[in-house]
Amino acid sequence: MLVLARKKDEAILIGDEIEIIVTEISEDKVKIGIKAPKHMKVFRKELLEQVKEENLQSAESKVDLKALAKAIKK
Amino acid sequence: MTIKTKFFDEIEIDEKQIINFVDGIPGFPEHKQYVIINDEELGFTFMQSVDEWSLCFITLPPATLVGDYSFELSDETVEKLELEKPEDVATFAILNIPEDFKKMTANLRAPIVINTKNNKGIQELLDGDNYSMKHQVFKEDV
Repeated sequence: MLVLARKKDEAILIGDEIEIIVTEISEDKVKIGIKAPKHMKVFRKELLEQVKEENLQSAESKVDLKALAKAIKK
Repeated sequence: MTIKTKFFDEIEIDEKQIINFVDGIPGFPEHKQYVIINDEELGFTFMQSVDEWSLCFITLPPATLVGDYSFELSDETVEKLELEKPEDVATFAILNIPEDFKKMTANLRAPIVINTKNNKGIQELLDGDNYSMKHQVFKEDV
Protein backbone atom coordinates (compact mmCIF):
# COMPACT_ATOMS: atom_id res chain seq x y z
CA MET A 1 0.00 0.00 0.00
CA LEU A 2 1.19 3.46 -0.88
CA VAL A 3 1.37 5.73 2.16
CA LEU A 4 1.73 9.48 1.70
CA ALA A 5 2.10 12.19 4.35
CA ARG A 6 -0.17 15.20 3.80
CA LYS A 7 -0.77 18.44 5.65
CA LYS A 8 -4.03 20.34 5.95
CA ASP A 9 -5.32 21.55 2.55
CA GLU A 10 -2.94 19.31 0.67
CA ALA A 11 -4.36 16.90 -1.86
CA ILE A 12 -3.77 13.61 -3.61
CA LEU A 13 -4.77 12.86 -7.18
CA ILE A 14 -5.78 9.37 -8.27
CA GLY A 15 -5.80 9.22 -12.02
CA ASP A 16 -7.28 12.25 -13.79
CA GLU A 17 -10.62 12.29 -12.12
CA ILE A 18 -10.26 11.67 -8.41
CA GLU A 19 -8.98 14.19 -5.92
CA ILE A 20 -8.69 13.67 -2.19
CA ILE A 21 -8.12 16.71 0.01
CA VAL A 22 -7.33 16.83 3.71
CA THR A 23 -9.62 19.62 4.91
CA GLU A 24 -9.25 19.40 8.66
CA ILE A 25 -6.98 17.64 11.12
CA SER A 26 -7.75 17.24 14.78
CA GLU A 27 -6.29 14.99 17.42
CA ASP A 28 -8.01 11.75 16.46
CA LYS A 29 -9.83 12.63 13.28
CA VAL A 30 -9.16 13.89 9.79
CA LYS A 31 -11.79 15.39 7.54
CA ILE A 32 -11.35 14.43 3.93
CA GLY A 33 -12.90 15.99 0.87
CA ILE A 34 -13.38 13.74 -2.14
CA LYS A 35 -13.96 14.82 -5.69
CA ALA A 36 -14.89 11.92 -7.94
CA PRO A 37 -17.03 11.36 -11.04
CA LYS A 38 -20.68 10.78 -10.25
CA HIS A 39 -20.65 7.19 -11.47
CA MET A 40 -18.14 6.24 -8.78
CA LYS A 41 -19.46 5.15 -5.44
CA VAL A 42 -17.77 6.68 -2.43
CA PHE A 43 -18.63 5.16 0.93
CA ARG A 44 -17.28 4.80 4.40
CA LYS A 45 -15.85 1.30 4.40
CA GLU A 46 -17.67 0.27 7.59
CA LEU A 47 -21.00 0.89 5.87
CA LEU A 48 -20.36 -1.85 3.35
CA GLU A 49 -19.17 -4.10 6.17
CA GLN A 50 -22.46 -3.41 7.90
CA VAL A 51 -24.47 -4.43 4.83
CA LYS A 52 -22.47 -7.63 4.70
CA GLU A 53 -23.11 -8.30 8.39
CA GLU A 54 -26.84 -7.66 7.97
CA ASN A 55 -26.99 -10.04 5.01
CA LEU A 56 -25.12 -12.77 6.88
CA GLN A 57 -27.44 -12.44 9.86
CA SER A 58 -30.53 -12.47 7.64
CA ALA A 59 -29.39 -15.59 5.85
CA GLU A 60 -28.77 -17.39 9.12
CA SER A 61 -32.16 -16.64 10.59
CA LYS A 62 -33.88 -19.86 11.59
CA VAL A 63 -37.38 -18.56 11.53
CA ASP A 64 -40.49 -20.69 11.85
CA LEU A 65 -42.42 -19.13 9.01
CA LYS A 66 -45.81 -20.59 9.81
CA ALA A 67 -45.69 -19.43 13.42
CA LEU A 68 -44.54 -16.02 12.28
CA ALA A 69 -47.29 -15.63 9.70
CA LYS A 70 -49.85 -16.67 12.28
CA ALA A 71 -48.54 -14.21 14.85
CA ILE A 72 -48.53 -11.34 12.37
CA LYS A 73 -52.09 -11.97 11.26
CA LYS A 74 -53.40 -11.87 14.82
CA MET B 1 -35.94 -26.43 -14.10
CA THR B 2 -36.42 -27.73 -10.57
CA ILE B 3 -34.57 -26.19 -7.67
CA LYS B 4 -34.37 -27.10 -4.02
CA THR B 5 -35.34 -24.28 -1.68
CA LYS B 6 -34.91 -23.42 1.98
CA PHE B 7 -38.58 -22.97 2.81
CA PHE B 8 -40.61 -24.61 0.05
CA ASP B 9 -38.87 -27.93 -0.68
CA GLU B 10 -38.49 -28.33 -4.41
CA ILE B 11 -40.07 -25.88 -6.79
CA GLU B 12 -40.32 -25.63 -10.52
CA ILE B 13 -38.99 -22.41 -12.00
CA ASP B 14 -38.76 -20.98 -15.47
CA GLU B 15 -35.20 -19.97 -16.28
CA LYS B 16 -36.55 -16.65 -17.45
CA GLN B 17 -37.49 -15.88 -13.85
CA ILE B 18 -33.90 -15.99 -12.66
CA ILE B 19 -32.54 -12.69 -11.38
CA ASN B 20 -28.85 -12.17 -12.11
CA PHE B 21 -26.82 -10.28 -9.54
CA VAL B 22 -23.63 -9.60 -11.44
CA ASP B 23 -21.70 -8.84 -8.24
CA GLY B 24 -23.63 -11.19 -5.99
CA ILE B 25 -24.62 -9.40 -2.81
CA PRO B 26 -22.30 -8.31 0.02
CA GLY B 27 -21.38 -11.36 2.09
CA PHE B 28 -22.33 -13.79 -0.69
CA PRO B 29 -20.34 -12.77 -3.76
CA GLU B 30 -20.25 -16.33 -5.10
CA HIS B 31 -24.02 -16.64 -5.44
CA LYS B 32 -25.24 -14.60 -8.36
CA GLN B 33 -28.58 -16.13 -9.30
CA TYR B 34 -31.79 -15.86 -7.30
CA VAL B 35 -35.48 -16.35 -7.88
CA ILE B 36 -38.20 -14.25 -6.32
CA ILE B 37 -40.93 -16.27 -4.67
CA ASN B 38 -44.04 -14.43 -3.57
CA ASP B 39 -45.96 -16.19 -0.87
CA GLU B 40 -49.27 -14.49 -0.40
CA GLU B 41 -50.30 -16.70 2.47
CA LEU B 42 -47.22 -15.81 4.49
CA GLY B 43 -47.15 -12.26 3.20
CA PHE B 44 -43.45 -12.24 2.40
CA THR B 45 -41.34 -12.23 -0.71
CA PHE B 46 -38.49 -14.71 -0.73
CA MET B 47 -35.23 -14.29 -2.56
CA GLN B 48 -33.99 -17.83 -3.01
CA SER B 49 -30.53 -18.65 -4.31
CA VAL B 50 -30.74 -20.88 -7.38
CA ASP B 51 -27.48 -22.74 -6.75
CA GLU B 52 -27.53 -22.93 -2.94
CA TRP B 53 -30.78 -24.22 -1.47
CA SER B 54 -29.96 -23.12 2.09
CA LEU B 55 -29.52 -19.49 1.06
CA CYS B 56 -32.77 -17.59 1.07
CA PHE B 57 -33.58 -14.04 2.13
CA ILE B 58 -36.95 -13.02 3.45
CA THR B 59 -37.96 -9.61 2.16
CA LEU B 60 -40.75 -7.08 2.00
CA PRO B 61 -41.34 -4.21 -0.41
CA PRO B 62 -40.09 -1.12 1.46
CA ALA B 63 -43.31 0.71 0.63
CA THR B 64 -45.14 -1.63 2.99
CA LEU B 65 -42.83 -0.55 5.83
CA VAL B 66 -42.56 3.19 5.33
CA GLY B 67 -45.10 5.32 3.54
CA ASP B 68 -42.97 7.39 1.22
CA TYR B 69 -39.92 5.27 0.46
CA SER B 70 -37.94 6.87 -2.32
CA PHE B 71 -34.32 7.09 -3.33
CA GLU B 72 -32.05 8.09 -6.11
CA LEU B 73 -30.09 5.37 -7.85
CA SER B 74 -26.44 5.99 -8.59
CA ASP B 75 -25.45 6.37 -12.24
CA GLU B 76 -23.27 3.31 -11.78
CA THR B 77 -26.28 1.20 -10.82
CA VAL B 78 -28.46 2.59 -13.62
CA GLU B 79 -25.74 1.61 -16.07
CA LYS B 80 -25.12 -1.77 -14.52
CA LEU B 81 -28.80 -2.72 -14.54
CA GLU B 82 -29.31 -1.07 -17.97
CA LEU B 83 -32.29 0.74 -16.54
CA GLU B 84 -34.36 2.82 -18.89
CA LYS B 85 -37.17 4.05 -16.68
CA PRO B 86 -38.05 4.13 -12.98
CA GLU B 87 -41.21 2.07 -13.54
CA ASP B 88 -39.08 -0.96 -14.41
CA VAL B 89 -37.58 -1.09 -10.94
CA ALA B 90 -38.69 -3.56 -8.28
CA THR B 91 -37.37 -2.95 -4.77
CA PHE B 92 -37.15 -5.25 -1.76
CA ALA B 93 -35.84 -4.76 1.75
CA ILE B 94 -34.08 -7.74 3.30
CA LEU B 95 -35.49 -8.66 6.68
CA ASN B 96 -33.43 -9.69 9.65
CA ILE B 97 -35.63 -11.93 11.77
CA PRO B 98 -34.27 -12.87 15.19
CA GLU B 99 -35.76 -15.60 17.37
CA ASP B 100 -37.94 -13.00 19.00
CA PHE B 101 -39.56 -11.98 15.74
CA LYS B 102 -41.01 -8.82 17.25
CA LYS B 103 -37.50 -7.44 17.03
CA MET B 104 -37.50 -8.02 13.26
CA THR B 105 -35.70 -5.32 11.29
CA ALA B 106 -35.61 -4.38 7.63
CA ASN B 107 -32.60 -3.06 5.75
CA LEU B 108 -33.97 0.06 4.07
CA ARG B 109 -30.52 1.56 3.58
CA ALA B 110 -29.35 -1.18 1.24
CA PRO B 111 -32.38 -2.31 -0.79
CA ILE B 112 -32.40 -5.04 -3.43
CA VAL B 113 -33.03 -3.29 -6.73
CA ILE B 114 -34.14 -5.29 -9.76
CA ASN B 115 -34.67 -4.24 -13.35
CA THR B 116 -37.84 -6.19 -14.16
CA LYS B 117 -37.22 -5.79 -17.89
CA ASN B 118 -33.99 -7.78 -17.98
CA ASN B 119 -33.93 -9.38 -14.51
CA LYS B 120 -30.66 -7.86 -13.48
CA GLY B 121 -30.32 -7.10 -9.81
CA ILE B 122 -28.06 -5.40 -7.32
CA GLN B 123 -28.02 -4.56 -3.64
CA GLU B 124 -27.78 -0.78 -3.68
CA LEU B 125 -26.21 1.11 -0.80
CA LEU B 126 -28.06 4.40 -0.61
CA ASP B 127 -26.41 7.77 -0.10
CA GLY B 128 -27.34 9.79 2.93
CA ASP B 129 -28.83 8.83 6.26
CA ASN B 130 -32.52 8.88 5.36
CA TYR B 131 -33.00 5.17 5.91
CA SER B 132 -31.76 2.71 8.48
CA MET B 133 -30.17 -0.69 8.00
CA LYS B 134 -32.12 -1.78 11.06
CA HIS B 135 -35.58 -0.36 10.57
CA GLN B 136 -37.91 -1.77 13.24
CA VAL B 137 -40.74 -3.54 11.44
CA PHE B 138 -43.03 -3.63 14.47
CA LYS B 139 -43.80 -0.82 16.83
CA GLU B 140 -42.81 -1.73 20.36
CA ASP B 141 -46.31 -2.48 21.59
CA VAL B 142 -46.97 -5.47 19.31
